[in-house]
Amino acid sequence: MKHQQEYRDPELAKLQLQALHQMVSEFDGAMTFMEVCGTHTMAIYQNGIRSLLPDKIRLISGPGCPVCVTPVGYVDHAVALSRRPNTIVATFGDMVRVPGSSSSLLKEQALGATIKIVYSPLDAVKLAEKHPESDIVFLGVGFETTVPTVAGAVLTAAQNQLDNFYVLCSHKTMPGPMAALAGDPELQVDGYLCPAHVSAIIGANAYQPLVDAYKVPCVVTGFEPLDVLQGVLMLAKQVVAGEAQVETQYRRVVKPEGNLKAREILYRVFEPCDSRWRGIGDIPDSGLQLRSEFCRFDAALQLPVDVEDTIERKGCLCGEILKGKIRPTDCPLFCTVCTPEDPVGACMVSSEGTCAAEYKYGGWSIGAGGW
Amino acid sequence: MKSDIILLGHGSGGKLSHELLDDLIVPILSGIGQRDQNDAAVLTQQQGRLAFTTDSYVVDPIFFPGGSIGSLAIHGTINDLAMAAAMPIGISVGLIIEEGLAVSTLRTILEDMSAAAEKSGVRILTGDTKVVPRGKVDKIFINTSGIGVMEHDLDISGRNARVGDKILINGTIGDHGMAVMASREGLELESDITSDSAPLNCLVADLIQGVGSQLHALRDPTRGGVATTLKEIAIQSEVEITLQENSLPVDSTVAAACAILGLDPLFVANEGKLLAFIAPEAADQALAIMCNHEFGKEAAIIGEVTSANSGKVRLQTAIGGLRAIEMLAGEQLPRIC
Repeated sequence: MKHQQEYRDPELAKLQLQALHQMVSEFDGAMTFMEVCGTHTMAIYQNGIRSLLPDKIRLISGPGCPVCVTPVGYVDHAVALSRRPNTIVATFGDMVRVPGSSSSLLKEQALGATIKIVYSPLDAVKLAEKHPESDIVFLGVGFETTVPTVAGAVLTAAQNQLDNFYVLCSHKTMPGPMAALAGDPELQVDGYLCPAHVSAIIGANAYQPLVDAYKVPCVVTGFEPLDVLQGVLMLAKQVVAGEAQVETQYRRVVKPEGNLKAREILYRVFEPCDSRWRGIGDIPDSGLQLRSEFCRFDAALQLPVDVEDTIERKGCLCGEILKGKIRPTDCPLFCTVCTPEDPVGACMVSSEGTCAAEYKYGGWSIGAGGW
Repeated sequence: MKSDIILLGHGSGGKLSHELLDDLIVPILSGIGQRDQNDAAVLTQQQGRLAFTTDSYVVDPIFFPGGSIGSLAIHGTINDLAMAAAMPIGISVGLIIEEGLAVSTLRTILEDMSAAAEKSGVRILTGDTKVVPRGKVDKIFINTSGIGVMEHDLDISGRNARVGDKILINGTIGDHGMAVMASREGLELESDITSDSAPLNCLVADLIQGVGSQLHALRDPTRGGVATTLKEIAIQSEVEITLQENSLPVDSTVAAACAILGLDPLFVANEGKLLAFIAPEAADQALAIMCNHEFGKEAAIIGEVTSANSGKVRLQTAIGGLRAIEMLAGEQLPRIC
C-alpha cells in the first residue's frame, strides 16, 4: 500500500496540475479527452479529478465498461438459459442486476433459477465438476483483460473432459470502438486515455493504426490519481504541439508488444468476430467467439433456447452516454426513473458504469464551479 | 443433550425443547432466570428515559475472524442503544435454528453471546427458540432486542449536528465488512483482516462524562459504512459535512483488499465504530478520551460540519480534488450482519 500511496502524493499532484494549467493557459480552444475503461471512469470520479482540471479540458467517458456495452439481447439470452431445467448460470456479480427486455437474472433467481456469482471463470469450471447433473453456463463478458482467464477455463474444461461447462460469449476487444468514435462526425475526441489493463495484454502498439488513421493522440494511462493527471498532461502536450502519437504513461505495467503469453492462450481458444456494442452498433472484428474446435463449449450453439424479442427501454440514453455524446445528467431518466436500486440501463448497474459513478459521486466533481 | 444435532423437536415446546433449554441455553446465557418462572422478564423501575431497539442477525458465514453471529447479535443491539446515549440494562434473544445444526456449533455461538454480554456488563433477560426445517433458514438467525436507560438529559441525536462540529471516529473503517467478505466461500482472499465487532456502551459513557453537552450526535456506521451514515446525519441535521480523505483511518490490508475487489472502504460495514459530532472546543478532549479507550486507540478527527448547506457530504481527496459522497446504492455485500 505504501507503493500505492506514492501515486496519490498531494505535492506531486500539485506540481503536475501547475504544469497542466500553465500549458493550456496559452492554448486557444478547448480539449476533450475520452477514457475508455470503467476503472478510469471510477478513478476520475473517486479522486475528484474533474474539479482540479483547467476549464479548457473536458473529460468524457466512453465505452469502457464491459457490462454497459453488452447488448440487451445478450441479457435476454442469459435469462432464457437460466430458465432451463438443471442449469446453473455462473457470472461476475454486476451482470445479475442488468435489466433485459422483461426480466433480469436477479429476478429469475428470485423465481427459482440458480445463479452463482463467481470471481474467476475457473470457479465456474469447479462448479461444473461439483455438479455433473447440471449444465453450467458461464457468462463471458469482458475485454482482453478478462478473456485469457476465460480461455484458461475452457482449456481446463477440455483437459478434464467436462461435458457440462459452457460459455455464453459476448467478449469484446479494443481498440475497434475507439476508431468508430474517432470517425464519428458528431463527436470531437481530441485524445484518448487508453485503458491500462487491456493495454497490458494488447500492448501500446495496438493503438498505432488508430493514431495513423485518425491523427488522435493516445496515451496508455494507469489508474492511480497521479497516473491519470500525468496521462492528461501528456495528451494536452500533444494537442498543444499539434502532434498525434501513441505514448505510454503506465510504463511500469504496459509494454509496447503487450503480454504475448496471454494473447497466445486467448487466440488459441477464441477468434475475432463482428460484435454488437450497446449504443454504438455493429463493429467489424471487435468481438471474440470460440474457435470451431471449442464449439462444444459454446452455450449459444449447444443449448438452444427461445430468446424473447429485444425491447429497448424507452427514453434510456445509455447509448449516447457510452459514446460520450451526453453526460448522465442530460438523460431525463437519470435519478428520476433510473437509479441504482431500480436501474433502467446498464450504465446505472455496473459499478464502473458512468451513470452509477455519477450517481454515487455526484455532479459536484465536474468543475469547481459546483462549489 | 442427548442429540448432537438440533432436531425439529427441539423447537416443539415439548420434551426436547425443555432439554435444549435446561442443558444448553439457560446454563450458558445465565442471565436468563428459571425458564419455567414467567413468560416475561420483569424489570425494576428505572430512573431516566428509556430507549428500546431491535435488530436481526443473518450474517454469512456465522463465524468470521474477530467474532461470530453470537457476539455480533449482542454487540449490535448494545451499540444501537449506546448510539441513543442509553446504557443497556437488558437484552432479549430470539433464536431461529435450521434443523441439523450441530449442537457444538450452537454451544459456541451461545458462549460467544454470553461472553459478549458479560464483557459489556449487560444481562440477557429473556429469549425464545424456534427450529425450522432444513433449508428454511441458513444455519441460524438471531434477533436481539434491548432496553437502555438514559441517566442524563442531554439531547444527543442525528438531528443535532451543528456547523463547526468536528467529526470523530474511534478507529479504522471497513474492517468488519472486509473480514466477513474475506472469509466467504469462493473468495480466495487470504488475509488477516479481523472484524471490529465490539460493544461501544462504555466508550459512549466515557464521552458523555467527559464532554457532556458538547457531544451533539452519535451514530454507528454499520451497513452502508461511514459514507451512508454521514449522509443520513447531514440530511437529518440539515448541514453540510466535509471529510478529509487523508485523515480517514484505514488498515492497510483492508485498503488493499478493497482495491482488489473494487470496493470503497467508506461504504463498507463496521460493527465496532461510532461517529461522534463534537463541538470544536471539546474535540481534542474527546479524541483523547477515545484514544485512551480499549476500542478507540486509532481514533481520528476525519472532518467537520462546514456549513448549513443542507444534506451534502463532500470529500476532499488525497490529491486535493472534491467529490460528493452519496448513500450506498443497492447492496454492496448481502448478509454482512
